[in-house]
Amino acid sequence: MKKILLLGDEALAQGAIDAGISGFFGYPGTPSTEIIEYVQKNKVAIEKDIHRTWASNEKTAMEEAVGMSYAGKRTMATMKHVGLNVAADPFMNSAMTGANGGLIVAVADDPSMHSSQNEQDSRVFANFALIPCIEPSNQQECYEAVFYGFELSEKFKLPVMVRLETRLSHSRSGVVTKEMQAENKLSFPDDPNQFMLLPAFSRMKYDKLVPLQAQLEKASEESPFNKYVDGPDKTLGIIACGLGYNYLMENVRKLDFKHPILKVSQYPLPRKQVEKIMKECDQVLVIEEGMPVVEQQLKGFVSGNTKIKGRLDGSLPRVGELNPNHVAKALGLPNTFGEEKPDFISNRPPALCVGCPHIDSYKAINEALKETPNGRVFSDIGCYTLGFLPPYNAINTCLDMGASITMAKGASDAGIHPAIAVIGDSTFFHSGITGLMDCVFDKNNLVVVILDNSTTGMTGGQDYTGFGRIEAVCKGLGVEEEHIRVITPLPKQHQENVQVFLEEIAYNGVSVIIPRRECVQTLKKKLKSRR
Amino acid sequence: MKKDIILAGVGGQGILTIATVIGQAAVSSNMFLKQAEVHGMSQRGGDVQSHLRISDQEIFSDLIPMGQADLILSVEPMESLRYLPYLNENGWLIANATPFVNIPNYPEKEEVYNKIKTYKNHVLIDADAIAKEIGSARSMNMVILGAAVKTLGFSLEQIENSIKEIFGKKGDAIVEANIKALRAGFEAGK
Repeated sequence: MKKILLLGDEALAQGAIDAGISGFFGYPGTPSTEIIEYVQKNKVAIEKDIHRTWASNEKTAMEEAVGMSYAGKRTMATMKHVGLNVAADPFMNSAMTGANGGLIVAVADDPSMHSSQNEQDSRVFANFALIPCIEPSNQQECYEAVFYGFELSEKFKLPVMVRLETRLSHSRSGVVTKEMQAENKLSFPDDPNQFMLLPAFSRMKYDKLVPLQAQLEKASEESPFNKYVDGPDKTLGIIACGLGYNYLMENVRKLDFKHPILKVSQYPLPRKQVEKIMKECDQVLVIEEGMPVVEQQLKGFVSGNTKIKGRLDGSLPRVGELNPNHVAKALGLPNTFGEEKPDFISNRPPALCVGCPHIDSYKAINEALKETPNGRVFSDIGCYTLGFLPPYNAINTCLDMGASITMAKGASDAGIHPAIAVIGDSTFFHSGITGLMDCVFDKNNLVVVILDNSTTGMTGGQDYTGFGRIEAVCKGLGVEEEHIRVITPLPKQHQENVQVFLEEIAYNGVSVIIPRRECVQTLKKKLKSRR
Repeated sequence: MKKDIILAGVGGQGILTIATVIGQAAVSSNMFLKQAEVHGMSQRGGDVQSHLRISDQEIFSDLIPMGQADLILSVEPMESLRYLPYLNENGWLIANATPFVNIPNYPEKEEVYNKIKTYKNHVLIDADAIAKEIGSARSMNMVILGAAVKTLGFSLEQIENSIKEIFGKKGDAIVEANIKALRAGFEAGK
């Protein structure tokens, strides 16, 4: 037993290593990336050769994790909240097949959208799939949640979600570790048809999964992650979930706080405790990070006159990340505030790095499009989304991973010309390939630009599965070889590059242009480590 | 003892190293610690901050409540002011005077300095210049940390020990350079 300083993400990874995991599967995405990065650097994980390389995307990661669970081993799929949308198909169906070896789906939400396109709440997904969800409130609970989650998963033969949020994923604290457990031995499912979702089997499985919910509720009622602290003053009761519990305690620990508190870190909601607090208290304040998931569920719990307060009635902000001050206000406690920040302070929007290859690519695209004002540039998720900002103003859209190619295709089908898709190399292998196949099949008139900086840049420089194979893959998909053009995005190549863009825009068919130059950040790191 | 510290700067200026050094001192003294960092998109030349909380009692929130920070420690002058809503009335404002200008509308330097000087507990030193003077230009962050030592509740020796602990692997020369920078900042901040 020792105490180490770990990020929430790292505590989860260390917990999994100590709980005898055999493989991690994931795709980088803020704020979840540091889970697998930690494992990749961990000596024990390397020695035991725990699976830790990146997957092509969250769907392949989730399916690979289900495969490892099929083999009886403990495993974890990791992703950010919007990554779960990509993995939604196997995720939802894994609740139907269930698990053999312990299966944890670790999803890191990003309320306030620090680095994301939306702030969807993954607890909705856990509820949707009818599986348990653990929502740790601190780093130590992250660590414990893995041991407990694997046991829960193996007991109920179900996948278990662990939901993290930015503030926990990226916050460091001391974590006391336990003795390491051995990995599970290879073993097949007791029921050879467990993972066979033919409709006839699915109906039987669903008939078991639905009634199982009562047992999952009971597990929540008895869970060490949930806690009921009674209090004599029943004019108000508090249900505090995950990080919401921290913000509550920050405010009330030094006060003589007499209201009942239900801390929730495991779902489905612990029915008994929720019914008790709802029955006994005149009002219940729900403090939860993310969307008003529990607040909405409470309305179905007991009829009666208990007033429910939270994000829906305006006691807490409807959107965005919570903080201790929001909670102080909701509790009617005196609030504190320093001084307003002076008006002369300017914002510093994130920007492409000095020397970034994307800058040269965007300059060439902008110039090539000068004469065709109806041309549109459909972009994607990555550092290059920053090309929207001045001085580049180079792109028109950003929807989700892979949507550059497919949106450009739809726009081209509608008659937009030139239609240009801009996608990163890692994003192309994540979910651009199938879109490009659609384009080739339909012989669309468009240009796909695959910005090859040889890394997954935005999340800090992870490697990816398709490295070194862009041309081969495009050719294999049926893009004509003479319309796969590799250029070097450097200022001195500018005129030449513009010419390539003009030629391929003029070509009536599918063109792929690959501006290739390494990310300046990963290059810097490499040079530093060589010194 | 409780210290709630906002570390501020621009992505890449080394505030996480400052956090690691203070954190090490806290851990060596068996104190509780929580440190929330910024990763991801905003790191690219954007403003970054870290909430560092140290206490001899359990810490709940990863975020410091507004109006309750004991210290804003900033490696950049304008960035020190961005977090004023967090500072308590007796809090310290400690800032490096060298601006990091990567935006076209950076305010007048004097305006920024004057605002910092309205705080009775402030230190405004040119940590970049001091680091250069002692021949260790890259240790600007340790200079500014040095200036803050008097407010941290740790001795200079404790902070030096954590520098040894953290930079030890990189060799004696690096440790020495950082300690020299720390001491120079400590003197300048007196």
